[in-house]
Parts: sequence; C-alpha cells; structure tokens
Amino acid sequence: MDLRSSVEIITEWDIVAARQLGRNEAKKAGFGTVDQARITTAISELARNIYLYAGKGKIEIERVTDNGKFGIKIIASDEGPGIPDLRKVMEDGFSTSGGLGAGMPGVKRLMDEFKVVSETGAGTTITTTKWLH
Amino acid sequence: MNARIPILKLNEVLIVSIQWELDDQTAIQFQEDLLNKMHKTAALGVVIDLTPIDFIDSFIAKVLGDVINMTGLMGAKVVITGIQPAVAITLIELGIRLSNVMTALDLENGLDKLYKELEA
Ligand SMILES: Nc1ncnc2c1ncn2[C@@H]1O[C@H](COP(=O)(O)OP(=O)(O)OP(=O)(O)O)[C@@H](O)[C@H]1O
Ligand SMILES: [Mg+2]
Repeated sequence: MDLRSSVEIITEWDIVAARQLGRNEAKKAGFGTVDQARITTAISELARNIYLYAGKGKIEIERVTDNGKFGIKIIASDEGPGIPDLRKVMEDGFSTSGGLGAGMPGVKRLMDEFKVVSETGAGTTITTTKWLH
Repeated sequence: MNARIPILKLNEVLIVSIQWELDDQTAIQFQEDLLNKMHKTAALGVVIDLTPIDFIDSFIAKVLGDVINMTGLMGAKVVITGIQPAVAITLIELGIRLSNVMTALDLENGLDKLYKELEA
C-alpha cells in the first residue's frame, strides 16, 4: 500500500488528476461520501490556486495516524510568489483574480486541520488533514 | 478529452443533464453554448440536472452562478435539480450560496416546477 502519492500541478488537467486521486484515496481509507466530497473539493481548491497563482507545484496525499486516529493529509506546495497577507486571504470573498474568494477559508472549514506557511518570493506550503471519525 | 455537454430542447424549455465531472474548459464551454442556444431558440426556461455530480468547487460554483445570472438577464427561468447531499454540504461549508435559483429533487420535479412557473 502506498502511503504517499503525489501529482505535479502544471496544467489545468492536473487539477482533475489530483482531485481524482484524492477521492480514490479517501474512499480506500474508508471515508463516507460527504467527507470524500470535502477532501475532493479541498484538493481541487488548493490545486487550482497553485495553477493560478504559482504556475506550478505539487499536491501530495498521505495517510496519517495519530494516537489511534486515522486520516488523510494533503500537502500543497509551490515555489511561487508567496502570499503577502495571510490574514486577508483567509477572509471570505478576498480574491486577486476575480474569483469568489472561497477557496482558502473554504478548505479550512472543510478539513479538520489547516496550516499555511508562506514566504514572499519563495513559495507557499499548505498542509491540511481530515480525520476519520 | 473535451466533450461538450449536450443541451436538449423540449418545447420552450432547454434541458441539460451533466453526466460527468466538469473540468474548467468544459464548464466554460457549457456556459457559452447554453447562452447561444437560449438566444437561438428563444427558450423561456432551463433545467440543469446535476445528479451524477459528486462535488462542486468554487470555480464550478462560480460558473454555475454566472450561468444562472446570465440566464436571468436573458429573461429565462432556471431550475437546478439533483444536488446530492454531499454537494449541498460542501457548498455551504465553502461559503457559497446559489441565490435566486429554483431547485428541485430531480429532473421530473424540476420540469414540473419550471412549467408551473412559466404558466404563472
Ligand atoms: N499558492 C498560492 N500562491 C500565491 N497566492 C495565493 C496562493 N493561493 C492563494 N493565493 C492568494 O490568495 C487569494 C485567495 O485565495 P482563494 O482560493 O481563497 O480565492 P480565489 O482563488 O481568489 O477564488 P476562488 O478560490 O473562490 O475561485 C487568491 O486570490 C491569491 O491572491
Ligand atoms: Mg482559489
């Protein structure tokens, strides 16, 4: 069993590939349909942000355990421009691309754990986990 | 790779049944195709059935919302049908409201609702 799989995000089609991989992993891990949809949506948001704002990057999907808890961790990383104001991008409706500005705050609500590390000019890494309840 | 979503015409109504996962290109193409077809056929209403769709992200939600608003601008009514529970839940958690739109459980109910609305 692969504990970690990853998809390079370079073209728009890689967004589709990443979320399909995520859905399969979520299903295999035993998540129900609602959590599968949450995980798939979260990956789609993060992958599209990489494609739109960083040009390219990577989505990694990993199975994790913690004190008998079981879950799926998504790591979205890029070496793009970074996010200058982390507080702003977590506000509903904030977008620099004419989008809904729902991606970042949405992923945080869809998942159980959410962490952003970003450095201007160096890139962004977002780590987010969903636990199997 | 990039098949178009078929748009059927039934009397004065257009019916769209989205059968597979939407990629960005297909979604945008659909938006354009639907508006063109509405213009050409002078349709009074549209039913969009999403039964097989198992997730909607912010991009697809924006395209759908735009389609709904543009259809309204062109003077037609829209009914969205077949939203799965998991899709409804994730849309709300994303913070997305599809406002100003009629919804129904399935295509049949959606058509009923649309015809009633058009008669009113
Ligand atoms: N990986 C990234 N690198 C640089 N900037 C980013 C990255 N991800 C997000 N951002 C910035 O954060 C903003 C908010 O992102 P978010 O996903 O919440 O909304 P959006 O992408 O603008 O619209 P939506 O996701 O609703 O279509 C973006 O407009 C962009 O400026
Ligand atoms: Mg986004």
